[in-house]
Amino acid sequence: MPLLDIKNISIQFGGLSAVDNFSMSIGENDIYGLIGPNGAGKTTVFNMLTGVYSPDSGTIMFDGKSIAGMKPYDITRMRIARTFQNIRLMKNLSVLDNVKISFVSQTDYGLATSIFRLPAYFRQEKDTEKKSMALLKVFNLDGKKDEKAANLPYGEQRRLEIARALATNPKLLLLDEPAAGMNPQETQELTELIRWIREKFHIAILLIEHDMRLVMGVCEKIIVLDYGKIIAEGTPKEIQSNPKVIEAYLGEEAPHA
Amino acid sequence: MTFVEFLQQLINGLSLGSVYALIALGYTMVYGIIGLINFAHCDIYMVGAYIGFFAATSLHLPFIPTLILAMAGAGIVGVLVERIAYRPLRKASNISLLITAMGVSLLLENGFNCIFGGDPRSYPHNILKQTNIELGPVHTDSLHLIILTTSLVLMVLLQIIIYRTKIGKAMRATSADKDAAALMGINVNATISATFAIGSALAGAAGVLVGILYNSIDPYMGIQPGIKAFTAAVFGGIGLIPGAFLGGLILGVIETFVTAWYSPLAGAIGFIILIIILIIKPSGLLGKKVSEKV
Amino acid sequence: MMKTYVKKLVAFLAASAVVFVVFSLLLSNGVINAYYKQIIMTVCINIILALSANLIINFTGQLTLGHSAFMAIGAYAAAAIYRVGLPFFFSLIFGSLVAALFGFLIGLPTLRLKGDYLAITTMGFCQIIVVVLQNIPQFGGAQGMTGIPADTTFAWVFFSMIITIIVLYHVVNSRQGRAMISVREDEIAAEAMGINTTHYKVMAFTLGAFFAGLAGGLYAFLMMFIEPTQFNYFKSMDLVIYVVLGGSGNFAGCIASTGILTLLPEVLRFLGNYRMVVYPLLLIIIMIMRAKNIRLSRLAGIFRRTGKEGDNNAAA
Repeated sequence: MPLLDIKNISIQFGGLSAVDNFSMSIGENDIYGLIGPNGAGKTTVFNMLTGVYSPDSGTIMFDGKSIAGMKPYDITRMRIARTFQNIRLMKNLSVLDNVKISFVSQTDYGLATSIFRLPAYFRQEKDTEKKSMALLKVFNLDGKKDEKAANLPYGEQRRLEIARALATNPKLLLLDEPAAGMNPQETQELTELIRWIREKFHIAILLIEHDMRLVMGVCEKIIVLDYGKIIAEGTPKEIQSNPKVIEAYLGEEAPHA
Repeated sequence: MTFVEFLQQLINGLSLGSVYALIALGYTMVYGIIGLINFAHCDIYMVGAYIGFFAATSLHLPFIPTLILAMAGAGIVGVLVERIAYRPLRKASNISLLITAMGVSLLLENGFNCIFGGDPRSYPHNILKQTNIELGPVHTDSLHLIILTTSLVLMVLLQIIIYRTKIGKAMRATSADKDAAALMGINVNATISATFAIGSALAGAAGVLVGILYNSIDPYMGIQPGIKAFTAAVFGGIGLIPGAFLGGLILGVIETFVTAWYSPLAGAIGFIILIIILIIKPSGLLGKKVSEKV
Repeated sequence: MMKTYVKKLVAFLAASAVVFVVFSLLLSNGVINAYYKQIIMTVCINIILALSANLIINFTGQLTLGHSAFMAIGAYAAAAIYRVGLPFFFSLIFGSLVAALFGFLIGLPTLRLKGDYLAITTMGFCQIIVVVLQNIPQFGGAQGMTGIPADTTFAWVFFSMIITIIVLYHVVNSRQGRAMISVREDEIAAEAMGINTTHYKVMAFTLGAFFAGLAGGLYAFLMMFIEPTQFNYFKSMDLVIYVVLGGSGNFAGCIASTGILTLLPEVLRFLGNYRMVVYPLLLIIIMIMRAKNIRLSRLAGIFRRTGKEGDNNAAA
């Protein structure tokens, strides 16, 4: 049984069909890509997967359970994590604090324990600190742990967002345009990082991306959306030579004079 | 309650409601254009009432010139407040602006209290002929009808300004998207000043009308009507002019009927309705739901 | 980690003990007369109030313009249950618990609203409470409740303030506090990281209401007389001003600004009626200076400096 099984989800906004009959399944260790021109509905699919929107129809099964319409924080507890297209870091907080936020749902000491500073508080806080620092180290951000997130260079902010998402211990990681704004060198590093994350954390990854180097370099299967509908799916090689895909991105060939 | 009594209360309610609507319009216009809940707006209403008072008693002006002078004066005060206290905080957080507005409110209330004293003043009795009018079986006061008529005229004028003039277009554009409006060549600062001027003028008119109807003005007179007008604006849909209009009228009518039926509830009924509406339909009666793009 | 915590706690308690002893001596020797004694106790009560509002407004980012309603509920509940025979201490606890209950009940539906809508709803709720209290004859109605004994002493007020500081500090520097801060920073991101934002908003609201109720109870037994309009939205606005001027979340800043702003009208008393004009004028000037980042006076500098530190110290 696949880890994530989406069957025929659709959603409309005010009469406009944003996503129409979308289906997809991902296995436990797959890296898939979701591409398509701007406005094709890719982030809307992510938003339905993560509970920001509820699909009008269709089902989403994750790890054997139906998650369509669940609240975002419950979906995170089901172990799906995401990053955002516009990087939603907590800009005024430190790098370390940004990661520690993810551990709130991974710890369970109650309000009374906090107020009376019972042993569980110290134990779990120490654990949170240790795990957060370990994660930061892995992403080479431990040196900047007290730096305000807003002060990080763009590439590091993206890394921090990924680190924060991984801190929630997901089985599936959704990356929304992780290479946006990166130069070729950074994109290459990101490609290796994504492969490495899949190995080290044993997770499945679904990414939305426009940068074709990254997509072709790291995805095992690619699904192409245009105007909310799937127009092609297959391996990178198949997609590259698919005329429908080329047409969607570049338009039809102009008639010869 | 007989049908005749019902009609009488309805007229009273509509006239009270039209006053609330005049004040509510100022709240909604300012909120629509700079996102501020202008806590000082109810005090501009009070300032209008006082300007009218001096026009009527010291200058012995009749009703319409008094009204116009009060509106102009209130408009000027509104623009000054915006220029001096709010514009420097245009880029500041919402809450800072809110606190500054509270400060201006206190300043106006206590300032007028210090200068003119806290004793209520009265408009001269003969400023408007108070006669009993009979519309069929219904007895009402000419004052109520004059208030209703004046308010309606002002609101029609407002509609004309908003939808038929260049400045009105600029106001609508700036409300929708300040930055885009600036890029289209609209003088955003002037537009915002105009919004304050018009909203304040309407509040000033309300002040004069209430001053004449209830025959008493004091520095703190704006507080109660202010909260009510504001809740009316929100419950009609904050930022929407028809919403303020509708909200004000409905609130005035409901409050009048509740006062007649069970007066202890009258002070709170506006809020109770507001809270119910906000929980059921947060964007207000006429508002549209705007969701944040993720 | 536990060691540094214990050290900090002991240091804080020791410093508090010293302050307490010093003030108690000054009070019992009559160096500080009854008039200033009341002012000092009011400052302590306002600090409890401000810190409770601080949790909601600065830490969780929810603008509440109706916090004084919980003070009212605490005051009336404590005074009422005392009349029925409960001793002072338990009356205070009862008042706080009733206020907390209301905080929970009101928080649940209204905290779904955002920003300005939440502000207006809380303001409306505050006015409703005032009107309701004015219409309960058993509580004295609009005339208020008299005959409340002067059971609030400096010791009670100071002790309550210290407990409030410790408890709220503990909450803020914990995973619950972290969740609240994440709600303030970015609700959507917080939910994506697994945080049930409504749960923590209601938690902050309830805790804030509890301590506001405590402050209300202490206030009732200090003033010996309470009436509904003492707790109207003007009081809520005062709290917002204390809290915002104290800087974003910093405890020390909040305490300092509350102290200063409570004392300011007293200090300005020599201006007679004009102090009520000078006070808002100063407020406006401070807000404008703050927005323009002007450090014209040490006063503005204190507010801004503590504000900046607060941003760094806000999370554990």
